[in-house]
Amino acid sequence: MYKIVKAEELADKIYLMDVHAPRVASHCKPGQFVIVKLDDKGERIPLTICDYDKEAGTITIVFQIVGASTEKFSKLKAGDSFRDFTGPLGCASELVEEDIESLKKKKILFVAGGVGAAPVYPQVKWLHNHGIDADVIVGSKTQNMLILEKEMEAVAGSLYVTTDDGSYGRSGMVTKVIEELVNEKGNHYDVCIAIGPMIMMKFVCLLTKKLNLPTIVSMNPIMVDGTGMCGACRLQVGDEIKFACVDGPEFDGHLVDFDQAMKRSQMYKTLEGRAMLKLQEGDTHHGGCGNCGGED
Amino acid sequence: MADMLKKVPVREQDPQVRATNFEEVCLGYNKEEAMDEATRCINCKNAKCIEGCPVAINIPAFIHEVKEGNIEEAYHVIGKSSALPAVCGRVCPQESQCEGKCIRGIKGEPVSIGKLERFVADYALEHDIKPACPEAKNGHKVAVIGSGPSGLTCAGDLAKLGYDVTVFEALHELGGVLVYGIPEFRLPKQKVVAKEIDKVKELGVKFETNVVIGKSTTVDQLMEEEDFEAVFIGSGAGLPMFMGIPGENGNGVFSANEYLTRSNLMKAFDENYDTPIVAGKKVAVVGGGNVAMDAARTAKRLGAEVHVVYRRSEAELPARVEEVHHAKEEGIIFDLLTNPKEILVDENDAVKGMKVIKMELGEPDASGRRRPVEIPGSEYEIELDTVIMSLGTSPNPLISSTTKGLEVNNRKCIIATEEDGKTSKAAVYAGGDAVTGAATVILAMGAGKAGAKGIHEYLSNK
Repeated sequence: MYKIVKAEELADKIYLMDVHAPRVASHCKPGQFVIVKLDDKGERIPLTICDYDKEAGTITIVFQIVGASTEKFSKLKAGDSFRDFTGPLGCASELVEEDIESLKKKKILFVAGGVGAAPVYPQVKWLHNHGIDADVIVGSKTQNMLILEKEMEAVAGSLYVTTDDGSYGRSGMVTKVIEELVNEKGNHYDVCIAIGPMIMMKFVCLLTKKLNLPTIVSMNPIMVDGTGMCGACRLQVGDEIKFACVDGPEFDGHLVDFDQAMKRSQMYKTLEGRAMLKLQEGDTHHGGCGNCGGED
Repeated sequence: MADMLKKVPVREQDPQVRATNFEEVCLGYNKEEAMDEATRCINCKNAKCIEGCPVAINIPAFIHEVKEGNIEEAYHVIGKSSALPAVCGRVCPQESQCEGKCIRGIKGEPVSIGKLERFVADYALEHDIKPACPEAKNGHKVAVIGSGPSGLTCAGDLAKLGYDVTVFEALHELGGVLVYGIPEFRLPKQKVVAKEIDKVKELGVKFETNVVIGKSTTVDQLMEEEDFEAVFIGSGAGLPMFMGIPGENGNGVFSANEYLTRSNLMKAFDENYDTPIVAGKKVAVVGGGNVAMDAARTAKRLGAEVHVVYRRSEAELPARVEEVHHAKEEGIIFDLLTNPKEILVDENDAVKGMKVIKMELGEPDASGRRRPVEIPGSEYEIELDTVIMSLGTSPNPLISSTTKGLEVNNRKCIIATEEDGKTSKAAVYAGGDAVTGAATVILAMGAGKAGAKGIHEYLSNK
């Protein structure tokens, strides 16, 4: 059992938890992820690592409610436990493996969308701790879905916050901010790291291709084991098929087939929707609307 | 009295009924049937069956005890050589091992050694007969990576010799391929696998789940930081292969590993569990091995019409004869001498069919089997919504790529000697599918035994 030592609601439907998992904490690096399973009957859910404390032996996870399992996670309080917590999985971010001196010469731009701010944060923090200040764009649908603004501010070079509806910070999509920084302000970046919803990463990549700005994305497709065993997370990257769990989760964004990846991520939507309904309706759930023939 | 030429028949669930449930197919012998079958063993002095067994169980000795009705004694005879008899009695390919060598088989059917082993092991689980007590602890720490057949066997043997053994498992359940790969209807998880692992725990073996060696820690760190004096790697062959044909990333194309892991490990077939599985209405399973049969029979139980698509003919099917027979009884359709060319998808990338081509057998290839050759112009399309690729698996490089000085061959298999599991790295031993590539449970157990012997010799002489 893996004890939750802290649990808080960061924003609307977005939660943060510190979980005691010393083996994971002792080996984890920015860019990696964990697989979390609630109880005997639970699913294995991949979640990115937001932060880690090697001394306390804890891992910070951030997740948004997207289905029945994350809905159940959100009900947990400090003192509760996850039955299983495995990791760190996947490869560490390329940045942390690079030579620090050559890294110091680079101008780095991070683009985070929604809960994507969570996996971006440890990378920016790691760079900051190594004397490198990266620029960070954080995008969110609205003000009450914005997360980690203060934390990001403390470690970023310049932080640009934008909301789709203009309720806070700048107004508009993250791509608008990238264009502004590069085209209007004339900023030069050597590399862009974009993490967020697939549709955001797709449009960031379309733009950075035009801007000739190399872009790394972090993929979070459907997974089961997270160790290379099932192949559910396979992606088309250039001419090759890659497994996000062991070859990634980071890839060259200009080579990823996002359209295919987005279609693949829809595979269980109907089943997920039914599971969510069953959870919400509890004992009143009857497996159908009465006209549709139920779950058959 | 048993017919000396024929096995005492074993009771099975009716094919029509079992094709709709996940209960075990074979019901096994009761004591009376087992004692009856045991009388067929002529207790050969120079018993060939023992030679046929990768872990060299003293087969005539245990069958003799069954004949006398001393089932507990029979269990202890088997226990000297095997830690997982209830598993082996179910999934070993006896026809090519012990039973394949049985003298009775020359004129008639061999003694039903597998079913007798299963009966003895099930009796021991039911009556909670404890395994023989280990020797006094010797204080030496050994790490075993993987809780599948080779790891469990190695751990059990070392514990019996007094070692302080810890098994590290990457997944959340113990058993490796016994829980994620082999379906419930062939090998019940709670009733058999979990209970047999409990017996290994009773020997004093410790288990830690959710530890991915190569990620959560490394082999080198286990030895340097956690004081393990030797390591046995039994991490299996978990990486699935795909064909590399167009449409393979379509929605509805699964590796057999994914399909079976969802159903077996995550219990997606049971609606009380959260993991989803796409049942499919019409399913093609590509491949002809035991895993293909498992995937096909699972899809059938989930309600699909199932076709096994295999490029050679029936005689070349690598699956056990019993599995093919069971699959046919349950209504699986075999499209033989047929090979996929392309998976057809709709505008949402969902599978809608498969383009296949007819094959004929040509000259024998390196494996000695006649090579399948395409018949020009014989392509046709079949309508489908699900395709399960069961083309074999290869070892996961997570461990080999993170362990200094551990050599692998060009198929990413760890190089280790057959007799004692010794690798290129001092104090590190390996066995099972991680060394051989995908093979059988019992061969992995044999390799686990060899590894335990190698580690014992190494630590005794250190």
